[in-house]
This record gives sequence, C-alpha cells and structure tokens, in this order.
Amino acid sequence: MTVPAETIVAMPPERGRKRNWLQSESATGLGLISPTLIYALIFLVVPILLVIANSFWTQHYLVVDRTFTLENYRIAVTDPIYRDLLMRSLWISLLVSFFTVVLAYPIAFFISFHGGRHKGLWLFLITIPFWTSYLLRVMSWKVILGYNGVLNATLMGLGITDQPSDAFLYNTSAVVITLTHAWATFAVLPIFVSLEKIDRTLIEAATDLGDGPVRRFLRITLPLSAPGIISAVLIVMIPTVGDFVTPKLVGGKDGVMIANAIQAQFGKAANWPLGAALSVTTMAVVTAIAAAVVLTIRTAARRIR
Amino acid sequence: MTALRKMLPSWLTAYAVLYIGFLYLPVIFLPIFSINTAATPKFPLSGYTLKWYRDLATTPALTDAAWNSLMVAVSASLLATMFGICAARAITRYRFPARRSINGLLMAPLVLPEIIIAVSMLLVMLQLGLNLSLITVVFGHVLICIPYSLSVLTSGFEGFDRSLEEASADLGESPFGTFRRVTLPMVAPAIISSLLVSFTISLDEFIMAFFLTGTDATLPVYIWGQLRFAAKLPGVLALGTLLLIASVILLTIAEIVRRRASRRTQNMGGLIA
Amino acid sequence: MPERTMIEISRVTRSYGAFKALDETSLSIREGEFFSLLGPSGCGKTTLLRMIAGFDTPTSGTISVDGQPMDGIPANRRPTNMVFQSYAIFPHLNVEQNVSYGLKRLRLNPSEEQRRVEEALAQVSLGGLGKRGATELSGGQRQRVALARALVMRPKVLLLDEPLSALDKKLREQMQVELRRLQQAVGITFILVTHDQYEALAMSDRIAVMFGGRIAQVATPKEIYQRPTNCQVADFLGGMNFVKANIVEENGSTITLDTPVFGRVKTDKPVAFARNGNAATLGIRPERLRVLWDDATDKHEVAGKVVDRHYFGEITHLVIEIPGFEKPLSVTETNNFGADDIPVGAPIRLAYDPDALVALAD
Repeated sequence: MTVPAETIVAMPPERGRKRNWLQSESATGLGLISPTLIYALIFLVVPILLVIANSFWTQHYLVVDRTFTLENYRIAVTDPIYRDLLMRSLWISLLVSFFTVVLAYPIAFFISFHGGRHKGLWLFLITIPFWTSYLLRVMSWKVILGYNGVLNATLMGLGITDQPSDAFLYNTSAVVITLTHAWATFAVLPIFVSLEKIDRTLIEAATDLGDGPVRRFLRITLPLSAPGIISAVLIVMIPTVGDFVTPKLVGGKDGVMIANAIQAQFGKAANWPLGAALSVTTMAVVTAIAAAVVLTIRTAARRIR
Repeated sequence: MTALRKMLPSWLTAYAVLYIGFLYLPVIFLPIFSINTAATPKFPLSGYTLKWYRDLATTPALTDAAWNSLMVAVSASLLATMFGICAARAITRYRFPARRSINGLLMAPLVLPEIIIAVSMLLVMLQLGLNLSLITVVFGHVLICIPYSLSVLTSGFEGFDRSLEEASADLGESPFGTFRRVTLPMVAPAIISSLLVSFTISLDEFIMAFFLTGTDATLPVYIWGQLRFAAKLPGVLALGTLLLIASVILLTIAEIVRRRASRRTQNMGGLIA
Repeated sequence: MPERTMIEISRVTRSYGAFKALDETSLSIREGEFFSLLGPSGCGKTTLLRMIAGFDTPTSGTISVDGQPMDGIPANRRPTNMVFQSYAIFPHLNVEQNVSYGLKRLRLNPSEEQRRVEEALAQVSLGGLGKRGATELSGGQRQRVALARALVMRPKVLLLDEPLSALDKKLREQMQVELRRLQQAVGITFILVTHDQYEALAMSDRIAVMFGGRIAQVATPKEIYQRPTNCQVADFLGGMNFVKANIVEENGSTITLDTPVFGRVKTDKPVAFARNGNAATLGIRPERLRVLWDDATDKHEVAGKVVDRHYFGEITHLVIEIPGFEKPLSVTETNNFGADDIPVGAPIRLAYDPDALVALAD
C-alpha cells in the first residue's frame, strides 16, 4: 500500500473539475429549477424593480419624465392624506394579525393536541371557507353587518335592541372583523405545523419535572411554537396592508386604506410614479414593522424560562 | 389541577365549535339568500325561489365571464403545476447553491401584498407595450399559484424515499423508465392536488385579474362590477353559491387524492407543511 | 468452492471534500462466496457497497465485476442487485408487481415471467402472497419481497445493505439462518453490509472488518474471531482481555511475547503485524478462561480474587483481579457448575489454554 501519490492523479485536474461540475448535483438542481426561477425573475423581481424605478420618476399627463426625483416620496410621506391612510392601514393590519393569531392559536392547539384521529378533517373544515371567493365573503359580511342585516335582525329578534343600528358597518371595526375572518386559515396552519413538530416527550418531561398544565404550556409549548406564531404574523400582516376590496366594500370613509389610494393612482388618477412611491413606502414600512413584531415575539419566547 | 386538566379539552372543544361557526357564518348566508325571493338580502326570509339561478343562465356577460375564468384557470393551473414540478423536484432531490433563497423567492408572492404584485406586473405589461388580456391575467395567476403548487408538490415529493428510484435503477430500469414506472405514479396524487388547488385559486382570484385584464372579465371581475347595483345582488349570491359548490367539490377531490397518497408514502402534508 | 474472482476492488478511494469515506481500499471477493463487510457506522462499508451497485462513484480506483471494469457503467446496467436497508418496496405495486419489476425490461413471455416470479416468491417462502399490497406487509415480509425482487433478476452478485437491522431479535436470527441457506441454494455471491458482529460471524464465508475507511482484516469468521490482527478488530468482534506485553523475539511466522503472569508466550504472528517499538498486546477471550473448582489443577493456571459478578441466565460473567495485571480479567463461565454462586471477594483460580493467547498489534 505504498504507492507514490503522484501516480494516482492521472486525470488533468482542469478538465476533471469541469466535467464533475456539469454532472454534479448543483448543476442538475439549478438546471431543473431554472424555468421556475426565470419565471419568477421576469414576473416578480423585474416588475418590483421597475416599480422602484418608477417611484423616482415623474409623470406629466401621458409622458414619463425619467429624471431622478424624490418628490413622490416627499408627497407619500408628508401629505396628510397618504400619511393618515398609511398609519391607519398599519394599525388595521396590526389589529388584524393580533386578533387572527390570538383566535387561531387555541384552535391550532386543540387540533394538534386533542384532534386525535380527526386532525385531517378539522384542518379540512378550517380550510374550506378560505377557498370560497374572497369577494363574496366580504359581500357576506356586508349582508351580516348591514342596517338591514343579519346581526341587526338577530339583535331585534332577541329583544336586545328595538331598532336597527348602523354602527356595525362602514367603519374600521367592520374592516377588522372581515379581514380577521379572511385570514383565519393562514394563521391556523403555520401554528398547527409548529405545534405538531413539538416532541410530545418534552411535555411529558416537563410534567415529570413538576410543571402543571399551565406552566408547561407557558414554558414548553408556547416558546416552541413561536416559529409558527411568527410565520402566522408575517403571512397575515403584510398582505393585509395591501387589501383594497374589504375597505372599499365594508370600510366606508373611515375604513379606507393605503391600497385604495394606490389603486386610484394606477386607475383614475393615473399617476404611476406616485402610486409606485406609495407602494414602495408601504412595503418598506410594513416590512420594518413586521420585523419589529417578529423580534419582539422571539425575544419574548427566549425570555420564558 | 386535575380538574383543570379534565376541563381543558371540553372548553377547547366548545371554542373550536364556535370558531368553526365564525368561519362558516358568512359562507352559509350565500346559499340562504340566493334562494330568497326578496331582492335585498334581509331577514325575515320572504320565500323560496330558483329565479336568480334561472336568470344566470340567460345573462350573456356572465356566461362569457364564466368561460373566460375557466380558460384562465385551466391554463394557470397547468403552467403553475409544471413550474411547481420542476422546482419541487429540484428542491427535494438536489442540493445546490442558493437553494433556500430561491425557494424563498418562489414562495414570496404568498407574503407580498397582492396589490403590489398586481401593480408591478401591470407596469411591466404596459411599459413593454403588451395589450392587457386574459393572457396577462394567466401570467399573474401563475405567479401567485406557484407558492401553493410548490408547497403541495414539495410535501408530496418529500415523502418519496430516494432508495425507491435507486431500487428501480438497480433492477435494470433506465432513468426515463424509472421516472415513468416509479416516480410518476408515486407523485401523481401531489400533481393532481396541485392542479386542483391552483385551479381553485385562479377561479376565485380577483385583484390580479382586476388589474391585469383588458376588456374580458373573469367571474370575480364580473361580480365586482355587479356589486355596485343593489338589484343584481341576488344574482351575484346565486353565482357565488355555484362557485362555492364548485370549489368545495374540487378541494374535496384534492384532499381525498392527497390523503390516499399520504397513506402510501406515510407522509402527512399538503398545504399544511 | 470455485476460486474464480467475482469482484475485484483495486485501490478505491472515495472522498467527500477533505473527508475520505474510503481510503485506497483493495479487496477481492470470490464467486459463490457469502462475504460480509463488518464495521461500525461511518467505516465506509455502505459507501463501498453502493459503489459496487453503481450508486456512488469512486474518486479513484477501479471496481470490476466478473472481470469487467464497472467505470462509467450506470447502476441499471450492472449485473448486481441490491436489497436496500429500507427495503424500498414500491408502495404503489403489489408483491408480484414488485418482484416482476425488473423482469418487465427483459420482455420475457408472460408464462416464463410468471414462473420466475413464483419461483422467487417460493424461494423466500412468500408463495401465495403475490396479490398482497405492498403496504399490507409486515417488516419480515417486506424484507423477503426485497430479496425475491433482487434474486429474480439472477444477478451475479447480490448486495445486502443491513437487511436485518429493522427486524426484531428473534426474526433476525431466523432470517440469518434462512439467508445463509438461500445463498447456498442459489450459489450467487452475496455481499452483506452489517455492524452486527454475530450476524457476520453466523452467516459469512469470509468477513472484512473495516474501520475509518480502511479494511483492517479479511478472514474467515473463525479466524477473525480467534486470531484478530489488532486490538480494534479483537474488541469489535466481542469481549477480549488485553494484557500488556513486550516483544522478545519476532521470527518469520511466530512471535514471542513476555507478559507479567502468563510468562513467555510463543504464538503465531498476525499477518499484517506492524511492529510499534517493543510493546505489543496479548489477548485472550473471556470464554477461554476456565474456573478451577476445589482441588482441580491445570498446567496453566493463574490465581486471583473475584471483584464483580454479572448474571446473564445461562452464563455468569466474573471480573477477577490478578496480582501483576493492571486490569482485572473478564471470565465467562457457564452456570452448570454454580458459577453464579461464587461470592464476590472469594479467591479463585483460572485455567487457560496457551493456544488461545493471541498476539495483537497495538
């Protein structure tokens, strides 16, 4: 077994490496994923870059002036209309993500720990309403919350009120209720997944070491399900900011959100650069806030000992 | 403490039932008011009729929109699933640089405000001088269907034991033969599931279609147009009921197919994973 | 047994970056042999098996099967078949379809195909279960289907990757006997990868013991157990008492060692004995030491004191301190004569067979 090392290396290293790479896992994997990747680049990355570019331009009627300017951002940030809309949108999306997550957690917990053999059925039941047309679900809430709606009819029928109230519809709370309902499934699923991943013996170990149900929930289950809570928050909060159907249908003038303004800039008002600047600002702010929320949850989860 | 332990599940069960009630509340009013004689949806119900359903069939704008939606949904689900298959296979089977970031990019439409995706695509289409049409809607729908397709397919492919393909090669089968005789039959349920889920998403999708379509309306765009007219509401509710039934049927099939497959690969997953 | 070489592995290395899973390994395996690759996990045995099957490629070196180099030949064109550790039973096919999977490529006429499938199922005692679904099988049955599916191809070499590791102890022992009988019946070369020394000893014609990507010893089960080349091999194959020794004389095939209590011992020199200064180790298996009862005497005996005792049902394991030895000796004694009643602390005398003493490289 004492063969000189140089006799073994017969293959020219340069050619060898090249052939190896082409046959390698990396090359095959990248090759296989490239059609999808290219599609996403063309229809997602390039468009978003273009929006960012547009946000630095100016539009004079039909002509776009491509000299760099921050004017659009100045308007987006300082104009009280847009500033208020953005603030309200962020507030609504924070409320919605809070309520969806808080309401969804017990359900996810119930299915994961007490679902037994029917876990799949419960999850299926939870997902069905999500698959029905979003427009129509919002419509339905309008029917429920309206002046002549189901809620008023029920309240009067029960003798709680004697005349219909218009307090339920066309305001911020109507938007929050509708959105909380719309995103429920998106909050339940990630939390459920993270709960499922928890090794049940950890909970038994906590019990063995003297923790009661409440304490072992707070010390083991809750912190270990933090990743699920985080993805639920992200998956609910960011898209919610951009919703314009719900505010338009049930929000009234109190419930208008930033997306309605963006839509207007790309529609009737036809000021694309301003619309682009509003979009970019919205994205930036919501991402920053989401990051802050995520950080808070993570720190909180780590604090628990 | 033992009392609490015993009570917890029953409290939770009660909560679960209430929560399901909350989820289904808006959904059940669609069919109820769609067979009500009154033109405005309110209680008490005034009587039973199928008039609104009969009217649907004789509205040409609606049948056109339905046809448009069908074409868009079929194309979008086929394309999204094809892209999904390539990506899911690459991600589950090979290790390559930037694998996680690419996966993140493909899943991104799930966590981006839809309006921003729609608006950016609109900008590109217009600045490229493309005419808005159902084709541009398909492009948009493919993009937002990819994350769903990818997660269904990835979980379907993950349960797939790599040694099955090796066993096939070991028994003399060529790479293509292995794909046809082992890989495809094993992942077929995930593919069907992905097609059905993408189809349903595209069928119900409004925002992308609203921005990206030209003169041709898809069903949700048509419904949006009708919502302005109070008199059209029962018709919309009838249409919504039909869409609801179609979605539930498709998703039930998708779920059954997926479960049968997961029993096979001993893998729990689907949209959940 | 025919002496024709079936598999020739010459200077095969497989490296993953800086890590060498297999390092300059050479080995030849004869036709019709039941050969085991034995070693702890990560020793390179599975890597070697997968390279023979064609699922992995040597970084350098060549593997030949039946005189034909396998470089560049994909797994599906090699005359080898494999029983996978996970069995890899196709879950969407039934037992018969699993077994006939590879035959479909050969385009046999249907009756011939059916005959071969039935023959293979009968060989693994699964006759009549052909229509059973793959997911309805027990672990043992899945293992048999995997075996039938490979055997039906009539490979030149059958590769078995830890095929018994997923079975419970009783079934595993039963399958060891069956596999051995099956191999003798079909006469195909079997290569078994295992980390279970008893499995390798019970089934193989020859065993290669591997550590850290290298083969430490290739020999028959008896030789490998009784005459291990070094301490690592000796230890991996079962209990062994190690006694520090000095080399007095090294002479062709024999070696003479000087030890504290056993005195001067002249013994066969291990084949690959690599001298490392003057120090060496003398080994003796615990069952080769015998308790001397009452007044019995022996030409070769040592005296000591029982310090610990472990009861194992049919045998008792005694730990005995011998003045002059650094470490106490382990002795296993059957319980027929009351070894389980020897009190801890009692003085004891042991007889040993000088032929059972082996010189080991450190």
